[in-house]
Amino acid sequence: MCGIAGLIHRGKSSNVGSEMTSVLQSLKHRGPDSTGFALYGSPTENQYVMRFKVAEQEDMNRGFDIHQEVVARQEEVDKRLASLGVNVINKKEATAYSHRYTFGFGGDMKKLADYIEDIEGAEILSIGEGLELIKDLGDATVVSEQYSLAGFQGTHGIGHTRMATESDVDIRSAHPYWAYPFNDVSVVHNGQLTNYWTFRREMERLGHRFMSNCDSELIAVYIANRMDQGDDLEEAMTRSVEELDGVFTYLVATSDKLGMAKDVMAAKPMVLYESDDFVGLASEEVAIRSIFPNEIETFDPYEGEVRVWQA
Amino acid sequence: MAGVEHKSHDMELHTEQLSGRTQQRFFSASEEENFTYPWANDVDFDKVADFDAVEMDPTDINLKIRELLEQGYGTITIKNPRAKHGVGVGVLNRANITFEGSLGYFGCGLIDGPNIRITGRVGWSCAENMMAGTVVIDNNAGSTFGAAIRGGDLVCRGDVGSRTGIDQKGGTIIVGGRTGAFSGFMMQRGRMVICGDAGKNLGDSMYDGTIYVGGEVEDLGVDCVPGEMTETDLKWLTAKLSMYDIAPACGVANMKKFVSGKQLWNYDNLEPSEKKLVL
Repeated sequence: MCGIAGLIHRGKSSNVGSEMTSVLQSLKHRGPDSTGFALYGSPTENQYVMRFKVAEQEDMNRGFDIHQEVVARQEEVDKRLASLGVNVINKKEATAYSHRYTFGFGGDMKKLADYIEDIEGAEILSIGEGLELIKDLGDATVVSEQYSLAGFQGTHGIGHTRMATESDVDIRSAHPYWAYPFNDVSVVHNGQLTNYWTFRREMERLGHRFMSNCDSELIAVYIANRMDQGDDLEEAMTRSVEELDGVFTYLVATSDKLGMAKDVMAAKPMVLYESDDFVGLASEEVAIRSIFPNEIETFDPYEGEVRVWQA
Repeated sequence: MAGVEHKSHDMELHTEQLSGRTQQRFFSASEEENFTYPWANDVDFDKVADFDAVEMDPTDINLKIRELLEQGYGTITIKNPRAKHGVGVGVLNRANITFEGSLGYFGCGLIDGPNIRITGRVGWSCAENMMAGTVVIDNNAGSTFGAAIRGGDLVCRGDVGSRTGIDQKGGTIIVGGRTGAFSGFMMQRGRMVICGDAGKNLGDSMYDGTIYVGGEVEDLGVDCVPGEMTETDLKWLTAKLSMYDIAPACGVANMKKFVSGKQLWNYDNLEPSEKKLVL
């Protein structure tokens, strides 16, 4: 089933970490397996944030040497970043297997991503100037506390509560997906794509990598590829509604935009609340209301509808 | 059932025989006609109660409504439902019930008899399998609005999502605004009135029933065809819409009517291969 949500503050920052935690916790019943956040903070010029993991959560309970292995993997990450000339500014260990680095880098980001992900167990969750992508097993409150998201200030964010249906219960298959290797683009999705393999093969032929067999990852790569071809976000999303088959509703966020798209049959839910300075979307109205104590007017976007909002 | 038939004749609806519980309508809370549930509570409509649901979960809200009905309260107001799911379901009693706020998914489903007003919005599948009574929503509604309703009047003054009245088996659905794609999908009986525009595939695979549209229709689904608007239709539409103070922008006289072409395989004994030739 899965639950998705997104919010964007127009022209101001807010505590999007707490807001998204509250919204996603309200959607826990739609997917208790994992929870993910893509939060957009204030970018620092010429400085990137990289979130990555060097093992799955469940790996930490296996084998006698895993704790030494994840340390060794992180050291290998450091070594490879240094060899590429990356200027690491700050390192933070979110969990034993998940890290947050800030760095300066003027080279090829795809090469950097490929080189890091070549390390056993390593997966880059996100790279961006504003984007921070956090996902792990458990509900929103658990993940938010684990990664200290309560005070995260930013303009917008998207998130996902997952009920695993077509792939495993692990971080790799959890949403949101970063649109490798494009900075600051992330996607959450509720639904199924029926022409997944057709487009995955096309994207792979173009050189894009897939870390999972989850159809949601395809949307992230598809959108990023279209934008790389020259489409703006709205054009890329409109084309996706025409080309991707299946039943789906998805949200995309970039450094300064939030977009939503529904398939032509409108078979997956989405409720929208819009005011002059705020837009909130969620699979269920109860999620939006978790951050609004008063009555609000909401509505369902229609079939095939694509909308994009600016922060 | 005599009273029901009499009503249908009053409204010149001789062409559609209205019979059975599924076709009963309770336009007024005090109307006792044919309400025969032996276990229904004898309520007093002047006996008024209200409670705040902000801290209650859906089960407790529904149990509280039932408890008040058992105590004879005929007019009940529930404040702050806050879009919770499955609220107001399974009310098999005549009563005036008002929700001050919005309901989530499957609100007011499986009801038979009450007159319900929702001052906010409703999520997916509002009044699913409703048997009789009225449900009036002041704001918008989500998809699968009135799925499989058997009777009663289901009214949304605003816009609704897709698949409105999917599998509708009777009763009346009224939409003050527009409706999304696949409205009237597999409709079997009853009437749907859409004052605004209708999305694509209107009435797809409908077996029977009637759909009236005031605005533009994006396109018709398989086996949904334009019907001839008669004086009976106009009288019925005027009477029915005036009950809820709703009027299409184009005027009732300019509404369009759609019915089933009855060319689908289930209406004759043609083999599927032969049916393809017909369609």
